[in-house]
Amino acid sequence: MSLAWGDAGYGDDFFWGVCNTLLISVCAYAVALVIGLLGAWAKLCHIKVLNRAGDTYTTVVRSLPELLFILLIFYAGTPALTRLLVNIHLVEEGFEINPTGAVIFALSVIYGAYLTDVLRGGIQSVPKGQIEAAKAYGMHAPLRFVRILFPQMIRFAIPGMGNQWLNITKDSALVSVVGATELLSVGRGAANSTKHFMFYFGVTALLYLALTVFSLALLSQLEKRANRGVRRV
Amino acid sequence: MKFDVGYMIAVVMPQLIWAIPMTLTLTIVCAIIGNALAIPVALARLAVNPILWIPARLFILLMRGTPLLVQLYFIYYGVGQLIPGWMMRGYPFLRDGIWYAIFALSINTAGYTGEILRGALLAVPYGEIEAARAFGMSRSQVFWRVRLPRAIRICLPTMSSETILLLKATSLASLVTVNEVLRTANTIRIETYRVYDTLIGAAIVYFIIVYGLTRGLNWLERRLNRDRLAIPSTIKSAVKA
Repeated sequence: MSLAWGDAGYGDDFFWGVCNTLLISVCAYAVALVIGLLGAWAKLCHIKVLNRAGDTYTTVVRSLPELLFILLIFYAGTPALTRLLVNIHLVEEGFEINPTGAVIFALSVIYGAYLTDVLRGGIQSVPKGQIEAAKAYGMHAPLRFVRILFPQMIRFAIPGMGNQWLNITKDSALVSVVGATELLSVGRGAANSTKHFMFYFGVTALLYLALTVFSLALLSQLEKRANRGVRRV
Repeated sequence: MKFDVGYMIAVVMPQLIWAIPMTLTLTIVCAIIGNALAIPVALARLAVNPILWIPARLFILLMRGTPLLVQLYFIYYGVGQLIPGWMMRGYPFLRDGIWYAIFALSINTAGYTGEILRGALLAVPYGEIEAARAFGMSRSQVFWRVRLPRAIRICLPTMSSETILLLKATSLASLVTVNEVLRTANTIRIETYRVYDTLIGAAIVYFIIVYGLTRGLNWLERRLNRDRLAIPSTIKSAVKA
């Protein structure tokens, strides 16, 4: 029952566990943001098929348990993708997808769906007149997005995006089930080999809590920054 | 290893359907206990006395700030370890993971719903509470007859989405040996090496349950807000004329 550094305890293991959890969460969140932006665009554009596809994606992901979805992608999705890559001769026989990559992909597909709805809400909250004014100034579509839509959309979307960030750090614990190394799998390993379950799971919980509290502080700063120049009513 | 619809329908589905009652029981039991516990949590959170609000705040932070899976492991392995051996032998049901799963899911729900309920209790219009006082109701009567029912109505949409999240969270109980839908699917997967049939089967089952529960909760919401949604008879007759 020790948290010493090196061979004497589990201190360094926990440290690397936190790093891995952060790595998985940050990568998955970044990919999820891209998926979310594409999803929000698909849901709001004028092409009926894309609307339908966006709705199906968010509905299906939201109604499946996250754990099932991770198992589905890890055990069913990854072999299928490998087979596909081998069959089209992109990679050689015997190629294996990195398990960390697979769980990052699984988490980003899940959170892509949640972020789709958060970002769609943000886009819809930007007054239409602003876009019309930008058009009247002769701005082309990418410039309108970068200068007008995006900065304002982020302001409305930041609380929701922050919640999803807090959720993704917590749901990254689920990937320990398929054997990826992160904080919970370190805690489990330490608890199993020493039989001090309460202590090591307690430490694990406190580290997650520290991550949450730290994120909350950071998010409130971000929110303040996104809202600078806006009068508080 | 390929996807076989016939096998999925003939062999996997019947077993998964037998496991649905376990998933639903877990959801309903934990929703009832968790939401009931949320009332004292929310009240303590709103209290002026620091002996009440500090623990309530810490409890909510702990429940919302740590992964449910860690809480479940802590309770199943950690708290389970504290139970002395003679008790385990005397009461074999203590070995069963389901009690730990119910405990973990219930207190987790209490933390989340407690915070939601706190907001809703604050959102009850003050005039209604004053009116209740003016009728001569005691403090507890005001709470149970006016403030709480009104607050529940206010947070009903949030509470029903919490219930859906709870239903999805019951899948974590599969990791502490509770034979619900996901564990059943996983057991077949490990025994037969059939990945696609079992996991996709489980996905279909969850999709249908969640869809059904969403419809049910929407119905409940409409029913509880009947008086608000109904079109007043004066307007109805005006439209007819």
